[in-house]
Amino acid sequence: MTWWHVLVGFLLPNLLGYGGGPAMIPLLQDQAVTHYHWLSNAEFANVLALGNVLPGPIATKMATFIGYQVEGWLGLVLALAATVVPSAIALILLMRLLNRFRQSDAVKGMTAMVQPVITVLMIALTWEFGKTSVLKIGWIQSLIIAALSLWLMQWRKVHPALVIVGAFAYGGVVLPLFQ
Amino acid sequence: MENDGYLPLVLAMVRTGIFTYGGGSAIIPLMRHEAVNRYAWVTDDEYGEIVAVANALPGPIATKLAAYLGYRLKGWPGAVVGVLANILPTCIAMLLLFGALSAIRESRIAQGMIAAVNPVIAVMMGMMAYEFGEKAWKGLGRWFAIAFGALAFLLLIVLDVSPALVVLLYLLYGAFHLRLVHRFQRAKQRDRGTSA
Repeated sequence: MTWWHVLVGFLLPNLLGYGGGPAMIPLLQDQAVTHYHWLSNAEFANVLALGNVLPGPIATKMATFIGYQVEGWLGLVLALAATVVPSAIALILLMRLLNRFRQSDAVKGMTAMVQPVITVLMIALTWEFGKTSVLKIGWIQSLIIAALSLWLMQWRKVHPALVIVGAFAYGGVVLPLFQ
Repeated sequence: MENDGYLPLVLAMVRTGIFTYGGGSAIIPLMRHEAVNRYAWVTDDEYGEIVAVANALPGPIATKLAAYLGYRLKGWPGAVVGVLANILPTCIAMLLLFGALSAIRESRIAQGMIAAVNPVIAVMMGMMAYEFGEKAWKGLGRWFAIAFGALAFLLLIVLDVSPALVVLLYLLYGAFHLRLVHRFQRAKQRDRGTSA
């Protein structure tokens, strides 16, 4: 009955983890380490650290690896499904509801009212990433890369992915020289 | 090339999946570039709405956005394709490269690469903040935008209230906002009518 445990063990953190991937990590640790003993605390920390080397959402990377460790391919599929499916279906159904009443004053008001919240959330994220950047590569380089990417994306309309590739190249070639 | 086929969907989702560094939220501006600027699947206003509602729900933000945009394009099969294209590359990498990841993590080159992306993501977030601030300004009117923006700042940043809760509160109030504004305007007109 381990497959059932995998499903529940991943379902709970993802349903209760408000605030995206990082919020569910402690909850997942509680399930995987404390409750089911799938792996030790040190192993969990290691999977998390190594998962952070790769791009993409951390929750799905953790689900892939731990699910596969516990129950093979079935475990992988179940852990991923528990991580992705409930919230995806919830968003689709909610948006369908909003779109059905698109013309009503209520939905128009909701759409308008959401803009200031998004603005502030984005300011908070700007601050977070900016802080991380200054911690890792310092003020000067952070500002230079930031100014360059702003110019490229805002005025030259370069695809963000290309700007990210450029930052990779700089970080891979130049930054190691400073360390 | 058609914008609303499976190929653009898969390409957009793979691109956003493999370029999202520094946590799930970094996907928000990247996904916006694909869905709004490049392929015009949704308008900018709707994208903001999707991000807000997605924020009010639990679970990873990237997969929610991928699922909904896929659904918008191709219904339920599109949702499945969107999510898989978005997460499979990194999931496969996690399984295949797990042994090598610790070596990659120790490497200065990899560390430098991941570190140098942070300011780019910060700028993307800042650009989005500016544009949605502009939208709030136009959509709600100057004073409402400033007032509700300040209130959101107080709740989210100063008091550290969960974003999900703040979004839900704003959505709830938003459902009545226009009715209240209309009533207020009518009352004002009546006052003018009686005082004249």
